[in-house]
Formats: sequence, structure tokens, C-alpha cells
Amino acid sequence: MNFVLIAEQTLNGLQLGVMLFLLAAGLTLVFGIMNMVNLAHGALYMVGAYLTTFFYQQTGSYLLAVVLGLASTLVVGIVTELVALRTLYERDHLDQVLATFGLILFFNELVAILWGRAAIFSTIPDYLTGHVEFGVFRYPLYRLMIIGVGLAVAVLLWFVVSRTRLGMLIRAGASNRAMVAALGVNIRLLYTVVFGFGAALAGLAGLLAGPIYSVQPGMGELILIQVFVVIVIGGIGSIRGAFAGALIVGMVDTMGRAFLKPVLSTVLSPTAADAAGPALASMLIYLLMAVVLTFRPAGLFPAVR
Amino acid sequence: MSMTPRSWILVGLLALLAAVPPVAAYFDAPFYLDLLRRVMIFAIAASSLNLILGYGGMVSFGHAAYLGIGAYAVGVLGYYGIHNGCLQWGVAIGASALVALAIGAISVRTSGIYFIMITLAFTQMLYYLGISIEEYGGDDGMRLKLRSEFDFINLNNETAFYYLVLAILAFAILLVHRLVNSRFGRVIQAARSNEARTRAIGFSPYPYRLAAFVISGALCGLAGALLVNHTAYLTPEFMNWTRSGELMFMVILGGIATSAGPLLGAAALLLLEDVLQGWSLLPKEAVRDHWQLYLGVILVLVVLFARRGLAGLLPGKNE
Amino acid sequence: MNKLLETHQLRKSFGALIATDGVDFDVREGETHAVIGPNGAGKTTFIKQLSGELRPDTGRVSFGGEDVTALASQHRSRKGLARSFQITSIYRDFSALDNVALAVQAHAGHSFRFWKAARQDPLLIEPALKILQSVGLDKRINILAAELAHGEQRQLEIAMALATRPRLLLLDEPVAGMGTDESLRMVELLASLKDSKTIVLVEHDMDAVFSLADRISVLVYGRIIATGTPEEIRANKEVRAAYLGEEA
Repeated sequence: MNFVLIAEQTLNGLQLGVMLFLLAAGLTLVFGIMNMVNLAHGALYMVGAYLTTFFYQQTGSYLLAVVLGLASTLVVGIVTELVALRTLYERDHLDQVLATFGLILFFNELVAILWGRAAIFSTIPDYLTGHVEFGVFRYPLYRLMIIGVGLAVAVLLWFVVSRTRLGMLIRAGASNRAMVAALGVNIRLLYTVVFGFGAALAGLAGLLAGPIYSVQPGMGELILIQVFVVIVIGGIGSIRGAFAGALIVGMVDTMGRAFLKPVLSTVLSPTAADAAGPALASMLIYLLMAVVLTFRPAGLFPAVR
Repeated sequence: MSMTPRSWILVGLLALLAAVPPVAAYFDAPFYLDLLRRVMIFAIAASSLNLILGYGGMVSFGHAAYLGIGAYAVGVLGYYGIHNGCLQWGVAIGASALVALAIGAISVRTSGIYFIMITLAFTQMLYYLGISIEEYGGDDGMRLKLRSEFDFINLNNETAFYYLVLAILAFAILLVHRLVNSRFGRVIQAARSNEARTRAIGFSPYPYRLAAFVISGALCGLAGALLVNHTAYLTPEFMNWTRSGELMFMVILGGIATSAGPLLGAAALLLLEDVLQGWSLLPKEAVRDHWQLYLGVILVLVVLFARRGLAGLLPGKNE
Repeated sequence: MNKLLETHQLRKSFGALIATDGVDFDVREGETHAVIGPNGAGKTTFIKQLSGELRPDTGRVSFGGEDVTALASQHRSRKGLARSFQITSIYRDFSALDNVALAVQAHAGHSFRFWKAARQDPLLIEPALKILQSVGLDKRINILAAELAHGEQRQLEIAMALATRPRLLLLDEPVAGMGTDESLRMVELLASLKDSKTIVLVEHDMDAVFSLADRISVLVYGRIIATGTPEEIRANKEVRAAYLGEEA
């Protein structure tokens, strides 16, 4: 193991972490404020990736495609909220799980009908394709940009949640829904705003992920389950928790995949390490979740109740 | 015990299933034997889920894990040349119970959204584990060399296998029925209905819930052992999270917390899949290739408008 | 007389709000001890600390001479402390008989019995029927609890508490929300229990309190400002100023 590899993997972990954060931030608020299980959040991530790719192919302008992709994901999110999810807030979790599971099937097939089942090719403009030199090693500019965008969103969210009236309502909503309603706040509007907010962030994650992961039906659910792990570790309803959880999960997963096998091979036979390394690496974040839950059942940063 | 109209209907359904093999043989349609055996295996799995989901109020989104563990127990032992059915199925049940104990010990302490996410996440962990073990085929899975071997029955005889699955289904339905009406079952239903009250009269819900979780996992593990014998193929896809969703949907579609519900739901969902995939009235590609689109819409509609499920159409009250 | 339940300097706050502020309180074996106080006086917080749903920040609760401060409600129930809730808390989707039989079951050995039907078990059914009769619900045993009238649901809650064979009944506003007839019947029922049970009664209905209680404690802003017989409480100036005066 050398410095270059470690530095590279650290940045990879950070990049996965901010990606998870973009998804977890919106979802944890939907969980916390509306007490609603929304499995279809991953579908919005997929929609964001597809629509941006589509607009980029059509317009040839990346910036325009990003704006259109974000806006249209936001619209899809709000329409879904108005048509299907809104009626589910008052239902029990079982209904929410099943109905949003149905929505996932629907969105995945719809995408498959429009663009086919195979992964589509998502590109980035030339000015984002290069590498940045860090003396002894170089790192892709695009991935650095993802990290930058993710951290900027984190700062922006921190500002909105801790410094604005909307943020105050969000915090109050996450810890005490009944009180916020009693104060005369239009709770339905707050729900729609929060949901739209989450949808846009999911779309942003999707459009950023497009060029580095494969854009295909079902892409949302693979990452969604990791996002659940993030939220469980961080604590439902907590943005801070989502941020910490996302970075921890991103790092642990990336490091595990990169270094577990070589580390194991120092104590096990090469064949045993070959077999156990990937298996253990793929389980690592779930084992981490189990450990956190054992000692902190409400996550690392539970929303104050 | 007196028989209600509902239990007569359930007995009638099982008798109908018992009459299928000779009829299918007469019409030379072995395909239906295969389809209904699959329905019954999923009905066993759905019954096990119904115990904790319907009666216990525990929304487990990870029940496919035990299907997978049961299947892997049979497949892996077979891979090493051990085909003894009693041993294979015993390991399937025991391993599922152990994993359920481990997952349950952590997840049953939580409730609501946490419980859903945790059960889902642990199942996904097992799914990835299955994918990453190259020895047993990894992503692709592996073929089962031989079906489980028993002294008293030959599973290679499709009809005999069918009747064994039917018998196990009848046993599973009876087991869940007795469990939920026993003292034990009253406690888990009480904890679902009103947890604060249950504590106030002196029960600690946790050990009862955990026990139900383990029993449910073990029974589902048996269904997994049946499933891998049925498909003769072992794949991590048994543990795919969508499979857990389908099991939940079967329970709801059939009628939650009813004895007949899981069987009705499994039959309805699998037959619906079969129909949607083979529908000749609509342009074929539009339906056959994208039947999940329609399934998704049906799922949303059932949840929003038909909460009592198919068993709600039967006479008598839900239990 | 023996003190069955006792609290020592019980204190509980939620953020800046001090809900229970150093409460010393005791219940003697066999008495009916009422706790009254204006809304927001901290009665519910106080009773939750007695039942074990809330832990005090500081202070002690002892029951039957034993320190139970750290015990959760199910463990206090096992020691003989039964409670009814201010907002009716029953199994709405169970029949009246099943509700009470379950409470009997909670105190009839462990419930890891998996096969025999609980509904046919005379060890559970017979005591449950007897208790339902004693609270006057014997004609309604097979009705779903959700379909009982409000007053009947409150009776059912008392029946469930009785079914745990408690040494102490903790009743949180048993008469709340009842019509005149219903509340008269409830007071009658409580009067019939009074001689055989030790009762802590939290109640707003002053007629009920003054006709049932042997002693009354007045809770205002998390403090007990007076404890005494109904006559003493009626005559107490501080109480009249702080509490009865408001209503006059």
C-alpha cells in the first residue's frame, strides 16, 4: 500500500460519501417530518440520471441539460407527491412500503420502455474530462467536481436548516409534527416543499452519478439501500446525521473494497483472502450498521425529540 | 374446535389443490403442476411472513433472506455431495432460525421505519454475500445436482413432490393458526394492537416478538429448501429485495392476518404474473416485456383502495 | 398504617419546563388517595413516573418497601401496580373478554405456550368472566372493544387493571369525558372497589374525588401544596387560593 493509492481511495470514499449524502439528506427529512417510508426516492435518482442524459444528447449543452434535468426531476417528484404519496402520509408504514414499492416497479418499467433495459451511455463535456495533478498523483476532475458540489450542497443545507425560517419549520417538524401543525403552519405545503427539495437533491445525485456509474433501470434501488444504512447510522430526521453517516459509509465501503483483500492476505492464505476479502467487503457497511445500532439504537445524531 | 365458514373454504381450497395432479395428467398439462407447486411454496413463505407482519405488526422487508438461506443450505450441502434430505432441510430450518435470531435481536428492538430499513439492509447484505462467493456460482448461481433425497418419498417424481409441498403448506397454515390463537400468539397480537397497554398489564413484548421473528424465519427457510428443489437452481436472486416486496404484497393482496390470505395472495400474484406475461389480447411486447409496469400500478391501487385483500371477499370476519 | 407507595423528592423536567418539582407523596395500604390540580399542574407526568413510563431525573419511587425507580412499567405491573390511562387504552380490535383474559394471562405464568388455544383455556376465561361481571360488563363480553360505549370502555380498562390482581390501582381520570349517568355508574364501581383495594385516583371531577377519597393531595406547578382529608383540603386557604378559588 502506498500513499498514492491511499490518497486516491480516500477521495473515492469522499466522492461516494457526498453522493450518498445528496440522497440521504432529502430522504431523512421525508422520514423524519412526514414519518413516511418512501422507497421511490431511488426512482427519482434514476429519473434525474436519465433525463439529464437525454437533454444533453438533445441540446448538446451540458449546463442547459443539468438545469432541465433538475427542473424536470423536481416536477416528476412533485407530481408523484401530489398524485400518490400525499394520500399515504396518514396511512401506516406497511401501506407506504407497498405503494412506493409499486411506484418503483412502475418507474423502472417506464424507463425500460422509453430507453430500453440496457445501460445507456452518459457522457460529460470535454471541459470536465481532464485530471487534476496533485504532485505525485492525479485525480479525475469530474469526480473532484462531484465532491465540490456535494460539499457545497451540504453547506447550503446547513445554512437553510439552521439560519432560515423554512429551516426552523423543518427542524421543528422533524422533532414535533403536531406542534408545527398547531402553530398554524400550512403543513401540506411544508410537506410538498420538503418533498420537492428531496426530489431535486436526488435528481442532482442521479445526474452526477450518470457518467461514472451505469445508467439503467433499477440503478436507484442499489444505492437506495445503502442510503438506508446511512440514515439508520445517522439517525432519522437529522441532516447532520445524514452527513456524518454518508461520509462514514462512503469511506468504509470504499476502503473495504480496496484494502480488505491485501490486509487479509497478510494473515490468511492468498486463496482464503481472495475468497473472504470481497465477501467481507460487501458486508462491511451492514456490519457497521449492526454495531452502531447495538450501542446507539437511535443512530449517531438522533433528531431531538 | 368448531369450523367457521372460512376454515371450510380453506379446506376446500387445499382439497382443490390436491385434485390438480390427476386432472393435469388427464389433460396432459404438466405445466400447471409446476405453476401451482410454485404457488404453494410461496404461500408457505407468505404464511411465515403473515405471522410477524399480519399478526405481530412487524413490517419485515427482508423475508427473502430466509428463502435464500434455506435454498443455500440445500444447495451448498448438495455441492459437497450431501443429498440427505432430512439433514439438508434440518440445516435449512436451523440456519434460517439462527440468522433470524441474529437479525431479530438487533431489529426487533426498533420499530417503525427503522425496523423496515434494518430488515431490508441485512437482507441486502446476505444478497451481496451470495453474489460475492464465487465458489457457489456468485452472481450466476449454480445448478442443483440432485434434489433432496428421502427414504419415504422420491422428489424426482413431480407428483409426489407436489403432494409433499401441499402437505407442508397445510401444516404451515395450521401451525400459524395454532400459534396466533395460543397464549403466545395473543401476546404478539396484543403488542401490535397497543404496546403501552401491553406493558402496563405486565408483558415485555421483546422476547415474544423475537421468538415470533425466529419461528417465522425458520418456516420461511423451509420454504427456501422447497424452492431450490423446485427450481433445481440456486441463485442469490432468491434474496433480491424485490422478492421481499413480493412476499409482502402476497400477504396484503390475499388478506393480512387471515389464514387463507397468504395462499390466496400467492396464487393471485403468481397467476397474475403468468397471465400478464402471456396475455395475447394486447400487443405482446408491450405487455409481456413490461408486465411489471402493470403490476406496479395494480399494487398501488390495491394498497389505496382494497386494503382488506381477497380474503375480505370471503364470508365471516377477519380473525 | 403501612405505606404501600412512596415518592421521595421526585423531580422531572422537560427542557426549561419543570413538570415535577420535588414531590414527596405517599399512599397508605387500603386508602383511596386522590391527586387533584389544575390543568398543566403536572399530574400526568407525575402518574407516569409512578407507573414507570417515565423515569424521574432525580428522586425515588418505592413500592411495597422496595425501590422501583429504575423499573419499567411492565416490571412494576408484575409487582402489583396496575394503571388505567387518561385516554382510554384498550385493545380495540379484541373482544371485551379477550381484553381482560389477556390481562389475566399476563399474571398467570409465562406465555411461551404455542399450541393450546388461549380462548378455550378456563384458567384465563373464568377469572376474566368473573371480573367482567364485577364491573358490570358481563352482557357485553363478545363485543369488540372498539364498539363498546365510551363509559363501557372505561369500565373495561378498570377490569383489565383488576385482572392483573394489583396491590395498587393507579387510575388516571377514570370519569373523564363521561355523561352524568355513566359517571355515576363509574363512581359506584369505584366505591365498590374502595374497601378492598388501595387506589391512587387522579381526577378532575370534584364530586367523584370528594365522595371517594380518604385523603387528597393538591398538585400545583409540579409541587404538592397540601395533603389531607377532604375536610382539611376544603378548609385549606392555600388550596382555595391556588385552585378552588379559580373555579369559584
